Amino acid sequence: MMEMYALELIQNGKRVDKREFTQFRDIEIKTDVINTAEGSAYVKLGGTQLIAGVKMNIGTPFADTPNEGTLSVNTEFTPLASPEFESGPPGENAVELARVVDRGIRESKSIELEKLVITPGEKVWSVFIDIHIIDNQGNLLDAAALAAVAALLNTRIPKIDAEGTVLRDQHEGRLPVVHKPITVSVCKVGDKLFLDPTKEEESVLDAKLSVAFREDHKICAMQKQGNKGIEFDVIEKMIDMAMEKSKELRKLAK
Amino acid sequence: MGRKSDIELVIDGIRSDKRLPSQTREVKMKVGTITSANGSAEVSFGNTTALASVHGPRPLFPRHLQESQTGILRVRYNMAPFSVVDRKSPGNDRRSTEISKVIRLSLEPNLFLDDYPKVTVDGFVEIIQADGSTRVTGINALSLALASAGIPMQDLVAACSVGKINGTLVVDLNGVEDNNSEADVAVGMVPSKNLVTLLQMDGLLTKEELVKLLDMAKGSCKKIYEMQRDALLERYKGEE
Repeated sequence: MMEMYALELIQNGKRVDKREFTQFRDIEIKTDVINTAEGSAYVKLGGTQLIAGVKMNIGTPFADTPNEGTLSVNTEFTPLASPEFESGPPGENAVELARVVDRGIRESKSIELEKLVITPGEKVWSVFIDIHIIDNQGNLLDAAALAAVAALLNTRIPKIDAEGTVLRDQHEGRLPVVHKPITVSVCKVGDKLFLDPTKEEESVLDAKLSVAFREDHKICAMQKQGNKGIEFDVIEKMIDMAMEKSKELRKLAK
Repeated sequence: MGRKSDIELVIDGIRSDKRLPSQTREVKMKVGTITSANGSAEVSFGNTTALASVHGPRPLFPRHLQESQTGILRVRYNMAPFSVVDRKSPGNDRRSTEISKVIRLSLEPNLFLDDYPKVTVDGFVEIIQADGSTRVTGINALSLALASAGIPMQDLVAACSVGKINGTLVVDLNGVEDNNSEADVAVGMVPSKNLVTLLQMDGLLTKEELVKLLDMAKGSCKKIYEMQRDALLERYKGEE
């Protein structure tokens, strides 16, 4: 019912919560919210809430990049966050979300991975970003990407003592984060384009295009979602809309 | 991906496999290769080969997966362990989970599944030899398989990859190009409607470069579309 109402409103240029089409819901970001993590951020976007935690472990580098640290992004759609989420291995939506966030960070060259080498070719820092969804009220991807960057910006590298043990209560500087990728998803219903969908709006979308930008406005990742196509000339419009909003959101990540 | 290449892959506008930037590799398409399936096809772009088959429409169990108003499409994309130089461990991983999803979404907009409430159409893509651009090759094959299974559709979906290598914008990346590209973009479209149904990108591109690449992809998809039509006609010629 609510979905049909949301759809009807969008078709008439309006939204359930009276927002403009390019307006995000209120965003709240808190960093350093988890003591046990090397870096963390809590993001509240309207009713959507999630936490990104960064853990750093000593790991081995990949064979093709022996002198770089590694990065991996995971998402948990915890059952507490939504009646639609079930426990068990991550489903395709959780996997997709994690992979799109990963690409935004990786391809923007956000983290200077070459500075995370402990013993060249043998030991490097592995950076794990785990994103925990705790309340799903729509637009998880934009919120998750923002939380990931905010958490990275506040990540401290643990100290390693002479025996090679990680001392998590001591630090030797911050994680070298040099770019801030920001992801903005543009939603499409008929010829209407809008940002930051609520859960109801998400369920009536024709298509969605998520675009990640670096601060030099270069595009570093894109993903089309939704089960309808997008006209070629509309894609450019969607990119412009996303780029404009990314400038605004970037100011919040620090 | 997304890393600047140390090796020169484009010299004087000619690529390492002697192609021009806007040239695809040799394309082969054959429809009806798997007799046990309702529809099937085999598509190769150079050394990348995808097999696709369609089973269904068929009953969907468990029942809670059924949709009362429409049939559903399910897609599984899989790479054979021997399809790559270093053996890939068999089975699903995060990459194949994501690719299965985007392949499904690239094809679904085109199908009329409302005629098949409560049933499923299952599409399978098996990459038996990989040399870059496997997901788009899989889409080209599965679209043909769906057509040959007689699933009602408004049109075929044609797909190709485009990207940037050594600063040059190119079409249809092979494996080496893919691994050393500054950016790569997977595009799928419904040619008769000019609709984009698959769009994924990673790497670094300006908006202008991206727009140019989309234009190149469009041109390439239209040529691939012609080949798909020819492959279907070839299969059914003489059967009126």
